Amino acid sequence: MFGFSRAQSIAFLVMIALIVICPYVLYPVFLMRILCMALFACAFNLMIGYVGLLSFGHAAFFGMGSYIAAWTMKHWHIDAVVAIALGGLTGAALGLVLGYLAIRRSGIYFAMITLALAQMVYFFCLEAPFTGGEDGIQQVPRGNLFGIFDLSNDMTMYWVVAIIFILGFLMVHRIIHSPFGQVLKGIRENEPRAISLGYRTDDYKLIAFVLSCLIAGVAGGTKALVFGIATLTDVHYATSGEVVLMTLLGGLGTVFGPIMGATVLVSMENYLAQFGAWVTVTQGVIFMVCVLAFRRGIIGEIGGYLRLAL
Amino acid sequence: MFMIFGIPGPLLFGQLLLGLINGAFYAMLSLGLAVIFGMLNIINFAHGALFMMGAFVSWMLLNYAGIGYFPSLILAPLIVGIFGLLLEKTIISRLYKLDHLYGLLLTFGLALVIEGLFRNAYGSSGMPYRIPAVLQGATNLGFMFMPNYRGWVVLAALVVCLSTWAIIEKTSLGATLRAATENAPMVQAFGVDVPRLITLTYAGGVALAAFAGVLAAPIYSVNPNMGTNFINTVFAVVVIGGMGSIMGSIVTGFALGVIEGLTKVFYPQASATVVFLVMVIVLLTRPRGLFGKAA
Amino acid sequence: MTISRRTLLSAAAASSAFPLVRARAQGTPTIKIGVLNDQSGPYTNTGGVTSVICTKQAVEEFGSKGFNVEVISADHQNKPDLAVSIVRQWFDRDGVDMLLDVPTSSVALAVQGVVKEKNKVYLNSGAASAALTGEQCSPNFIHWTYDTYMLAKSTGGAMVKAGGKNWYFLTADYAFGKQLQSDTSALVNAAGGKVMGSSAYPFPGTTDFSSFLVQAQASGAQVLGLCNAGGDTVNSIKQANEFGLNQSMKIAAMLMFITDVHALGLDVAKGLNLTESFYWDLNDRTRAWTNRVKPKTPNNWPNMIHAGCYSATLHYLKTVADMGAAEAKKDGVATVNRMKAMPVEDDCFGKTKIREDGRNLVPAYLFEVKKPSESKGPWDYYKQVAMTPGDEAFRPLADGHCYFIKS
Repeated sequence: MFGFSRAQSIAFLVMIALIVICPYVLYPVFLMRILCMALFACAFNLMIGYVGLLSFGHAAFFGMGSYIAAWTMKHWHIDAVVAIALGGLTGAALGLVLGYLAIRRSGIYFAMITLALAQMVYFFCLEAPFTGGEDGIQQVPRGNLFGIFDLSNDMTMYWVVAIIFILGFLMVHRIIHSPFGQVLKGIRENEPRAISLGYRTDDYKLIAFVLSCLIAGVAGGTKALVFGIATLTDVHYATSGEVVLMTLLGGLGTVFGPIMGATVLVSMENYLAQFGAWVTVTQGVIFMVCVLAFRRGIIGEIGGYLRLAL
Repeated sequence: MFMIFGIPGPLLFGQLLLGLINGAFYAMLSLGLAVIFGMLNIINFAHGALFMMGAFVSWMLLNYAGIGYFPSLILAPLIVGIFGLLLEKTIISRLYKLDHLYGLLLTFGLALVIEGLFRNAYGSSGMPYRIPAVLQGATNLGFMFMPNYRGWVVLAALVVCLSTWAIIEKTSLGATLRAATENAPMVQAFGVDVPRLITLTYAGGVALAAFAGVLAAPIYSVNPNMGTNFINTVFAVVVIGGMGSIMGSIVTGFALGVIEGLTKVFYPQASATVVFLVMVIVLLTRPRGLFGKAA
Repeated sequence: MTISRRTLLSAAAASSAFPLVRARAQGTPTIKIGVLNDQSGPYTNTGGVTSVICTKQAVEEFGSKGFNVEVISADHQNKPDLAVSIVRQWFDRDGVDMLLDVPTSSVALAVQGVVKEKNKVYLNSGAASAALTGEQCSPNFIHWTYDTYMLAKSTGGAMVKAGGKNWYFLTADYAFGKQLQSDTSALVNAAGGKVMGSSAYPFPGTTDFSSFLVQAQASGAQVLGLCNAGGDTVNSIKQANEFGLNQSMKIAAMLMFITDVHALGLDVAKGLNLTESFYWDLNDRTRAWTNRVKPKTPNNWPNMIHAGCYSATLHYLKTVADMGAAEAKKDGVATVNRMKAMPVEDDCFGKTKIREDGRNLVPAYLFEVKKPSESKGPWDYYKQVAMTPGDEAFRPLADGHCYFIKS
């Protein structure tokens, strides 16, 4: 199913089981944050893991998705799913514009350009009236799903977030294992070869970028509804850095790595929070350790040990 | 009050001057980035953090050791430079065989660690650093009050930038450096210790950032975030200028500061975004940057 | 801007930090107070740890009346999203009953909805925005110490009266700054003055105000109105002096605390007009109270926000004792209504009254900062210029458009 290998199918079932059991044991709002960030990391992984482009500005799409979902929810009182979908579409539209500019370069230049473009989006959000500047969009109602389910209940909201996450996760997986995904991998391995075979590689890269931004926007929109607030934190470059770290820690280009990375990092933030800026220091240390000694990430190392692709 | 294009003269010149001061910082920081990139092929994301460290070291020298501003201008870059030297030797040098992206990620992590440590120790509210007595006060330029210290910053930045340029372009050490950038194995074959050259280059670039940090200390209160506020804009400056030439990064730095200042006169809301807009235009017309060489 | 988002904060901080009174006997109810404020950024000195200390002072002086009291605290870093996560977790998991202080208006407004949803008690001392008892009011909320309307009326009114008709504003670009600017503008316009322009700067994270000051100087205004607070106010006044603005314009620090005056030094701050509802040297009672807490707050003498935390906590605990801890824990609105009905009295603000919309009507004192030669001892900084009684200092009830006030 969806191109999972046997090992991946087992891992997928374990993940589903955990998603079902955890809210009865742990604080659901905390779990919802993990799921949102995990979906965001999966979106990011699509670019770095399968196209080989490191976007250092993914917060722009996540944050814009979050703003649009929050704004439409608050002012138009629409269905929660419609608001989240609008968030995703905004992410995709922005991705199309910024991606068109950024894919002209690759490697570190791509990283720097995406960072700079995201910074521009950040300043735009700071000045634009609809975002509320530093105040953010506050007291966003969670609203209803299909007019039936009242999402102000944490558990109802949790199941919605869980379903969105699983759908997003499967979509990323489907993209990777489609013929389109095979071309992307071909481009990553040897771009001149792909060009000589007649592929318009820039178009492929751009489409992958837009898809990634779409999912990032959905993740941002979902997060905005869960917490009832959309702020500059979501578009800040620190958020971009965080998603890079999650994916790197879990394992670049692995299927389950981003989810593992998001779980570890969000939990760490939660439990280290009382120690002030030590969270930042720990994040930095993890970054350095990953780069120096641990480049395959947690899932990559486990997979390597078991000789499986996870 | 006289007017230029319907804008009060004092306002126009005032903002231009302030833009020039910001430009001085852009120039010094992007110059350091360019020097490091040329030799190590690494985008030094920790540059902002090291700039901040320069400011903090001078603050510490003053408050813990009673060492004033002018000795700090030499000492702080030296201390931070030695710190950079150790970083290169122990950590960064392990990455040269890997994809350049790893260098970016490593230095990003490094920046988080340095900033986090300073935020833990000093909070984020900022520590005041007094302007040295000689440079206190302001000169009435007729159209505005120019604080003497800010004038000094532009002057000092110009001198440092131009001497760096001269060292790289006009001395034999610079010639070796440029040769090693082009073809390291060949230079090594001539008996030059290239790894040591690389280490020294990194330390030099870092010292440049720290020098800028000392200059910035009395203007922006010394706080752990002062580096990140700058560095993202400086990245855009680097993309605009292209990584090719030393002079390119100096000119681009100053020019963008001035453009930012002008924006503050005509459309203040866009002043933070204008640098990025310029970057977009440059990317559309000259993807390699204004002074960039073809790959 | 500080990086790193530390969300879902302080579950652990909550359970371990500052256990003031441990449960002595099983079955005794515990009232939990959560102090949420800025403990590392620009508002560290105006609120910060000193607020927590003053809260504990109230708990200590209140003594034991059949229930235990526990005080916990967290740093919201001036981020609304972070604050919302903390507060949600405090209510959901840690059993906090009363939320206190919460400076930074954007944050204060953001958590208003959560408190109402969970039906807890929210006493605000640190935030300024008058919208908290106006368009965004809540039956679970009391605004204790001051607000933007009162500052505009007291400080702004004095400036206009002294001849400062034309204003230029330097404004922290978020809920607080914008509200303070609009309240002051309304007052200046009503008094026949004019607003010549304004510059809004990003908060937090701006440390260099030079380009805004150049703008202000070119505007031709007589008064530079600073609609900011804490470290920002200190920096902007310093830089205004550096650029010679103090020679061509009058500076009106619309919100300034004694802690800011201390940071600036009398040399720079002398002659400034400012408004606070508390000053340690007002009368015998304020001096006695200050002497009690001073040994515990080595860095700062208390300002009005700190005094407000003390006063609010004391009144809350009296109310809880009056209605029973079990009742108080159950229903936030009922507790707040009871607080409004009971007379308020303490050493810091004397006798005051809490209005239906949640506005505590404290008197507003207009002070002038002393010259260095006039200052007789440590923290002897203010001369009282005028006093507006509580029922005149604040926005009239009907003008607030609070939804549960029937006009």
